[in-house]
Amino acid sequence: MLSHEFMRNALLAGSFVALACGVCGWFVVLRGQVFAGDALSHVAFPGALAAAAAGIDQRVGLFVATVAVGAGIGLLGRGVLVARGGGAGGSTPADDTAIGIVFTFILGLGLFFLTLFSIGSAGGAGIQAAHTLFGSIFGLGAGEARLAAVIGFAIVVLVVLIGRPLMFATLAPDVAAARGVPTRLLGVGFLALVGVVAAEATQAVGALLLLGLLAAPAAAAHRLTGDPLAGIALAGLLAVLSMVVGLVLAYTVPWLPPSTAVIAVAIAIYGLSALRS
Amino acid sequence: MRTRRLTTTSTRMPPESVNPTLSWNVARDLGEVLEYHFMINALLAGSIVAVMAGLVGWVMVLRRQAFAGHTLSMMAFPGASGAALVGVPAAWGYFAFCGAGALAIGRFSGRGPGSPSEQGARIGAVQAAALALGFLFVSLYGGVLGDLESLLFGNILAISDGQVLALAAVALAVLAALCTLARPLLFASVDPEVASARGVRVSRLSGGFLLLLGAAVAATSQITGPLLVFALLVAPPAAAQLITARPAVSLVLTVLLGLLIVWLGMGIAYYSVYPAGFFISAIAFAVYLLARVSVALQGRRAGARAAEARTLEALA
Repeated sequence: MLSHEFMRNALLAGSFVALACGVCGWFVVLRGQVFAGDALSHVAFPGALAAAAAGIDQRVGLFVATVAVGAGIGLLGRGVLVARGGGAGGSTPADDTAIGIVFTFILGLGLFFLTLFSIGSAGGAGIQAAHTLFGSIFGLGAGEARLAAVIGFAIVVLVVLIGRPLMFATLAPDVAAARGVPTRLLGVGFLALVGVVAAEATQAVGALLLLGLLAAPAAAAHRLTGDPLAGIALAGLLAVLSMVVGLVLAYTVPWLPPSTAVIAVAIAIYGLSALRS
Repeated sequence: MRTRRLTTTSTRMPPESVNPTLSWNVARDLGEVLEYHFMINALLAGSIVAVMAGLVGWVMVLRRQAFAGHTLSMMAFPGASGAALVGVPAAWGYFAFCGAGALAIGRFSGRGPGSPSEQGARIGAVQAAALALGFLFVSLYGGVLGDLESLLFGNILAISDGQVLALAAVALAVLAALCTLARPLLFASVDPEVASARGVRVSRLSGGFLLLLGAAVAATSQITGPLLVFALLVAPPAAAQLITARPAVSLVLTVLLGLLIVWLGMGIAYYSVYPAGFFISAIAFAVYLLARVSVALQGRRAGARAAEARTLEALA
């Protein structure tokens, strides 16, 4: 199996993207921002189309759109965490409404660009490019795979660097702010980082995989352990495990698409963790 | 999907109205728009959906279930691809998967620790599973699934008479169910603990509402496409709830805003090369933004007035 180059590329890129998703996902679930992460994965599409309509590299549009929207959602949500009824907290629920409306508008813009693009002289070639943009993980070249691995690794390092203050700002925002932790900046920066993950995951492994890898392994880790360090490590590990097992499954079962296999494994792990606790 | 694919290529504009132009005579323009049967169907379907989505969405926004609503709208993907695989109309797949999704979300969020972050993760897992299933169906189907644009964004100008009737039936059923559930549902949404102490079956109500939401979303996605459902489901009620706190007024306002968004959007789209979905979502966004800005301005004015009053008090 490993003698195939496409399989080596898929495993390399997939593992690092999964690791980044798992580690970021642990904080996303803790901060109750799964919907925000989901919105970011949808925003990638209009971003790429806008870039295609403007005639610049689609990857630029992809990253700009997800990072900008991530930061925007961070700015919109005044004080990301408002503990409600003594619960562990979640994003202020009214923000969910705002997120929904904003990303619907952005998807509407995507439709506009799609039309603009098909009317324009460029014709169907661009739409073809937009299709391949959400390409399959088995179609990665060696260079793309290495780039995805580097970006994934960089994201993990960044999250680990801001991990302590981010944790503090998430669990006790008022105390953290009083101690001089820039909670607002951290919140915005974190969502921008999730935007980078979304853009990278979208073009490396497909937009479909993002939400599953962001939510399921992290939720399982939150169920299995309350210890932050162990939880973050476990979330990353479970995400990588889902990716590798899913890819191997997809390789051996011919009719099974890789993204379906990866998500199926991730959901199964989450289901098992729910049974256990 | 198959029937849709046949119709979508030809129906954006009928050949005789390739270049409709707007004149200053509004009555004449309106008459021209209404001459076309496809336009009447679109307006009828759009109005039905705007009323239903607005009212169901009003409760959804009140219950803070935007993520659940969005996840249900994503059910259209496995719904449409599953229907294509089995060979039944896409609408059946929409309704089947939206119903199944509503049950799954209700089941998984009814148990266990109920912290909002945990619930979000569970809804996310349901959505990921649905998308993965849709992807599996597409790959098993083997072919190209209709055209991407109408699958994602719907095609409001290709609504048949039968679809209008079906939408009306669904809307009537959903609204009737919503009316019968209204009182306990509002009670359970505003204060679940007190409601459950008073003997209201909160979790069963919540599951029932998710089913209604699923039906509304499935019907709406046939008009706006699954990706733009929120333009009618969230924007009008969110704006109305920002503007007024009185339930009756804000419900009426929701319906009016929804109708305004649909009619304006389709009217503009008729005179433009760009699709109705874009205008509908852009107008919905503008309505919400206006509501938010006006509320913020009012709040500032009220704050200034209060400060002035305090100053006067201090001076006196």
